[in-house]
Amino acid sequence: MPVSDFQPVIGLEVHAQLLTQSKIFCGCSTAFGAEPNRNTCPVCLGMPGVLPVLNQRVAEFAVRTGLALECTIRPTSVWSRKNYFYPDLPKGYQITQFDQPICEHGRLVIDTPLGEKVIRILRIHMEEDAGKSVHDAGGGQSLVDLNRAGVPLLEIVSQPDLRDADEAVEYLKAMRDVLVYLGVNDGNLEEGSFRCDANVSVMPKGSTTFGQRCELKNLNSFRFLKQAIEYEIARQVDVIESGGKVVQETRLWDVSKGVTRSMRSKEEAHDYRYFPEPDLPPLHVSAEAIDAAAQALPELPRAKLQRFTSQYGLPAYDARILTAERPLADYFEACAGHYKDYKKLSNWFLGELMRLLKEEGTPLSALRFTPAQLGALLGAVDQGTVSANAGKDVLGEMFRTGKAPADIIAEKGLAQVSDTGAIEAVVDDILAKNAGEIEKYRAGKKQVFGFFVGQVMRAMKGKGNPALVNELLKKKLGD
Amino acid sequence: MALTLEQVRHVATLARLSLTPEEEQRFTTQLSAVLDAVDQLQALDVEAVAPTCHATLTSSRLREDVTRPSLPPEKSLANAPAKSDTSFAVPKIIE
Repeated sequence: MPVSDFQPVIGLEVHAQLLTQSKIFCGCSTAFGAEPNRNTCPVCLGMPGVLPVLNQRVAEFAVRTGLALECTIRPTSVWSRKNYFYPDLPKGYQITQFDQPICEHGRLVIDTPLGEKVIRILRIHMEEDAGKSVHDAGGGQSLVDLNRAGVPLLEIVSQPDLRDADEAVEYLKAMRDVLVYLGVNDGNLEEGSFRCDANVSVMPKGSTTFGQRCELKNLNSFRFLKQAIEYEIARQVDVIESGGKVVQETRLWDVSKGVTRSMRSKEEAHDYRYFPEPDLPPLHVSAEAIDAAAQALPELPRAKLQRFTSQYGLPAYDARILTAERPLADYFEACAGHYKDYKKLSNWFLGELMRLLKEEGTPLSALRFTPAQLGALLGAVDQGTVSANAGKDVLGEMFRTGKAPADIIAEKGLAQVSDTGAIEAVVDDILAKNAGEIEKYRAGKKQVFGFFVGQVMRAMKGKGNPALVNELLKKKLGD
Repeated sequence: MALTLEQVRHVATLARLSLTPEEEQRFTTQLSAVLDAVDQLQALDVEAVAPTCHATLTSSRLREDVTRPSLPPEKSLANAPAKSDTSFAVPKIIE
């Protein structure tokens, strides 16, 4: 059977570092990039006799995320120990949640070529991250840095509802957008603060029994996720086609070779001997706290995108870019309060504004001009006070100096000339100097008209009102 | 409930304990006795009782999300058998 006769089945496990100041069970900083072991204390080093105390913001973020993903929030959730040995796990166990996680039974809607699709969320739980090991240190040694040990994580586990690599990528992007909108995660795949493992299996089309699955790791970009899943699907089909059986195992995506390879170690697989964590009582979340968190939820990316298309009449393409990040969407809405041609406003956002932000490396929060000033500029362009081209220069100046558009137009003499007499004088002058071109034009070579427009605009340093220039030229040329 | 020798070896491996053959035998007997004692509880009807996941009935005490000073790295590393700058050094872990 060819690959097309098989149905892939995919589920994703997302690990998201929570944007807290301090670690989950101690007061050490979560800051990235510190000198190794600079952010460690007896609790996160796993010294004997210490006790973990839960950071309340971790619980708040977990509830917020659970509500945004339409989960049921468990009023009492329980901490467990997951036991295994590894040098970057100082206690010999990870404090996590096992049989009674804080959130369950959620959903996330994604877009597919066939329309909307609901991906069910199995569970979300809180846990502590492990430290970082560096293996290529030389001297037969690995080096361990425990700054990351105890950094709070949410693990978000989907049901195996994804059916190809593209759906998996859509899901991961949608998940990242939600977490970033909620302010609980920075969405950074490269630095590993937003990570993903993929469970992949294949079964013959029409079958209802899932095949044996493999877990893929090291997927630190959307591109790698897609490549790794596609490679793995083809590999598993090959194994089955050649009469073999897929073995359940953990496989690592090898970026340089573009293959997944087995990570099977001598470690006895998945015998973690979970048991309730005796050092931490269960976490109770009151109905009032859940209600308050639900009330405080921000508008989520998908809802905002749909509202941008309906309320502002924007194409989906525009709405998607404008709502990709919450600050940009908020700024657009602030400007929409001052300028009512929303599509034109969107064009300026997608064109000039985003170009300036990118070129100057300025965050939106550092913009020097107000939404009212941007509205005033676009109004001036509409009224012909300034040409669209000069308007771009004005925006650049506003971007750099924060001056009001009217002041910039006045200072730089950018005001558009709409005085018929003044334009007519220039038009007459240009025509007088180009008798030969007039002959060509009258003989039927109509493209010469563009030449005249160019000459007039150049003589007027680009400030002539284009509509008037066109009109006067046509009149004088006898059209 | 009698444990098998293989189960005892498995648990010892997970706990990174190396046992002599004599210890394996002894622990098989002792651990089986512990399980027998626990087995007596199976006779109780606990259908309507929620599993006890914690010995205290208190709810979690929470802390504010504020940082506190960490240890200086030289203190964090004071007990380390081997180190390199401010990292713990361990025998190379092969993946």
